[in-house]
Amino acid sequence: MEDFVILIRQLDTSYNEASDGEMEAIMKRWENWFGGIAAQGKLKNMGIRLADKGKVLKPSGVITDGPFVEIRERLAGFFVVKADSLEEATTLAHGCPVLDFGGSIEIRPFHEFQRIAIFG
Amino acid sequence: MKEQENEFLKKLFKTEFTKMVAVISKLFGLQHIEVAEDIVSETFLSATETWGTKGIPKNPTAWLYTVAKQKTLYHFRRNKIFTDKIVPKLSPDDEPAYEIEEINFSKKNIQDSQLQMMFAICNPVIASEAQIGLALRILCGFGIDEIADAFLSNKETINKRLFRAKEKLRTEKVKIEMPGDTEIVNRLDNVLQIIYLLFNEGYYSKTQNRLLTKHLCLEAMRLGLMLAANERTNRPKTNALIALICFHASRFNARQMNDETLILYEYQKEELWDMRLINQGLRFLDFSAKGDEISSYHLEARIAYWHCTKEDSREKWEDILHLYNQLLLINYSPAVALNRTFALYKACGYEVALCEAEKLQLPNNHFYFLLLGELYKNVDHVRARLNFEKAFQLAKTQTEKEIIQTNLNAMSQE
Repeated sequence: MEDFVILIRQLDTSYNEASDGEMEAIMKRWENWFGGIAAQGKLKNMGIRLADKGKVLKPSGVITDGPFVEIRERLAGFFVVKADSLEEATTLAHGCPVLDFGGSIEIRPFHEFQRIAIFG
Repeated sequence: MKEQENEFLKKLFKTEFTKMVAVISKLFGLQHIEVAEDIVSETFLSATETWGTKGIPKNPTAWLYTVAKQKTLYHFRRNKIFTDKIVPKLSPDDEPAYEIEEINFSKKNIQDSQLQMMFAICNPVIASEAQIGLALRILCGFGIDEIADAFLSNKETINKRLFRAKEKLRTEKVKIEMPGDTEIVNRLDNVLQIIYLLFNEGYYSKTQNRLLTKHLCLEAMRLGLMLAANERTNRPKTNALIALICFHASRFNARQMNDETLILYEYQKEELWDMRLINQGLRFLDFSAKGDEISSYHLEARIAYWHCTKEDSREKWEDILHLYNQLLLINYSPAVALNRTFALYKACGYEVALCEAEKLQLPNNHFYFLLLGELYKNVDHVRARLNFEKAFQLAKTQTEKEIIQTNLNAMSQE
């Protein structure tokens, strides 16, 4: 089995209209989706969920508050799964709630950095 | 000796053996734990002989402590001659002679020694099975035959296992002491884990000896309570584990028809649930909430508490699903994955659950096929039957096979 990182991209307006009740239902969907992958024993790393705020640093020291990318689809978070192939990892990503809100998912194999002694 | 006295001595042995071994071992060091076991066993032998002719003394515990002290001192003296006069001639750098200390059987010292002993034994340098075995022997006073019965093994195997474990504790120079402040959190995790396994060993035991399994579970609870009584080990996690044990144990009498037959949850009579234990569990669940950590014990305790409410509701199963989802993120196991899928079935219906269940792929697990059978019963009886049959083939115990057969029979009648 190999590891793949699942990158979740979300429209930054995705949940603007959602009421509290709807938000709760959305959170449940996320949790059940995660649970389904974990139940298959294929969740390697829960990764992180990114906060909405942040800054972007560009060449020549230009700093902006966002949008982070031109298409207003920002990185919402990522996590790591175990799968036999890129295809299988893509199958795991099916059913992610973000897809119903205009977002998208990127599935990428990755290379771990060699640990360098100087960083401990 | 009369039957009644015999029974009394047995009980006394169970409670006092572990205390005395802990205190005396602390004196000699863990490397000589067998000496402590021998001294205590000899003490009980003397008790059987003396009390058989003279009757049981007014304060039997005090009698035992006094005799154990004498025997310990005697051993010290005899050993001092050996270590002082003979050992130096053999190898001058060997262990120094024992320094004799006061043998102290005060309540406080007994508790401290037992707690320290718990940390010494629940030590990841030895395999967890061996840790459980040693815990049963040294912390719970179980006989070798009882341990063999609990593990569905024989005395010889258990003796060997315990011997190797003690050997390992010796070579790793494990001491009977409390871990320091930096270590204690991790070490406590291991102790809790062993208590949890000990409880599971009892609760889901394959042995037919039902009295023994109950005893195992109660011992696990006792060890948990010992940890809760000490401020250094009384952590939210400790309380969560005790709550979990209480909730499960509350159904002991309800799940037992006779020695052979377990009653499935569905068919249990609520009147037989032990309300005292459920309430005690709730108290510990409250204590467990005093922190920001959520351990797997917290999650399992809350699931177990839900099962103390027999009535089905959407809220109940959604929360159970939520708890299992979280549990999976901390701790994947096929059993949790299966339970999670069952909760999904109850909360979201069979279609969703069936789709998720098909993805699990646990081809050697009979519970998996049992779950698939249960789910397929809603749509496809042929497939349901095939899955139940597969489960029947894979089932390991007679009780399990019978339950599956009942399912199959019920389907044929529909």
